[in-house]
Amino acid sequence: MTQVETAKDAMNDETYLKALKDILYQLADDDFLISFRGSEWLGLAPHIEEDVAFSSITQNTMGHALMYYTLLEELGEGEADVLAHERGPSERKNAIYFEKKNGEGDYLTEPYYDWALAVVRNFLYESFKKVKLEVLTKSSYTPLANVSGKVLMEQPYHLAHWRIWFNQLYNSTEHAKARLEERLEEAWGQFSDVLELGPHATELEHFGIIVGEDELKERFLKEIESTIGTFPEKPLAKNLGSGREGEYTEDLNQALKTLSEVYRSDEKAVW
Amino acid sequence: MTDGLIEEVKEVLKTVDDPELPSVSVADLGMVHTIKVVNNQVFVTMVPTFAGCPALDFIKEDVKKAVLELDLVTDCQVEFSFQEKWSTDAITEEGKRQLKKHGIAPPPEDYQPGQQWSVDCPYCGSDYTSMDNVFGPTACRSILYCSSCKNPFEAMKPVVEYIIN
Repeated sequence: MTQVETAKDAMNDETYLKALKDILYQLADDDFLISFRGSEWLGLAPHIEEDVAFSSITQNTMGHALMYYTLLEELGEGEADVLAHERGPSERKNAIYFEKKNGEGDYLTEPYYDWALAVVRNFLYESFKKVKLEVLTKSSYTPLANVSGKVLMEQPYHLAHWRIWFNQLYNSTEHAKARLEERLEEAWGQFSDVLELGPHATELEHFGIIVGEDELKERFLKEIESTIGTFPEKPLAKNLGSGREGEYTEDLNQALKTLSEVYRSDEKAVW
Repeated sequence: MTDGLIEEVKEVLKTVDDPELPSVSVADLGMVHTIKVVNNQVFVTMVPTFAGCPALDFIKEDVKKAVLELDLVTDCQVEFSFQEKWSTDAITEEGKRQLKKHGIAPPPEDYQPGQQWSVDCPYCGSDYTSMDNVFGPTACRSILYCSSCKNPFEAMKPVVEYIIN
């Protein structure tokens, strides 16, 4: 496997470049969207210390998204801010499960958000992120391997946080357990595009940019097994479609409209 | 002469404080990676502490301003590299001393990933402390409480090279 050391070298091979850009968009958009959904919880978390913790995780995850957008910037894709704010829903590569609204209502009027969804989704997300980052530290694209190593130094704090929430609620009351199980069932039917690598999956594996989808899935299931015990009976599915293939739901429109509102009010402003 | 100027830049970076940790300099936090001088132009490469730190742009400006005040310097460019890993082991002894003065316990020495993390109170030195919140006012800090002197305090989270099992 040839190691690609710089953006300039990556740009010499069109097939490599295309596959590389695609996975970088997936990584950036996943982190970006999950942190947007996290930011919508600000001021609404179950208690004040959780508000501090959740927003700290969210802010740091936004920083991780920025690192991937910066790698794309180096590959000639344009400025990170523009990539984050201006791309339309069909251009986004995030998995669809992360688009889902936090619950009923919206932030400004009656946000009846569901904490069970937050716990299940973030636990699954951070578990998946850990296994993906671990394999990416061996990526053939050196700048991506380096960035992944840096993120892995910070991310264990995020994963530990959500694993504790999951365990504590799961082992508390029957009601809490049932609420988590319901959200887990739901996730199981919508999660499998998270583990996919999109239209360039074959090239990504071939070039050693990341391991294949099967290995990724196997590592993910192994990672969550010790926490959730038995998996839901039905197989993992993607009933809402595949975000990696450019599909999206109405919830993504709402997210993009909200998150880019201030940016679009004055696109030339310097922050 | 270039070497002399690099030394001067190094000295001046000890006076640029992290905006979120007043009196702890970016040099003592281990954020300065390389300093290059070409024809009196200075290029500083820095390492961000946490990726999500919102203070990076402010730090960039502060470093640039401080370096430009040196007599011989005609230009200064500062960049943050995400390619380098920052670790709490990079904090200098002086940095740790300043952190403590601000009621922030310095990170543990020789910390290994997954190891138990115990923190002594930066005010009274007691180990009779408890963690209130791993996450604090900034990504790099946690909130604790000392049961001996009854003071809340903060601590720098250990951030070290990740080992894949």
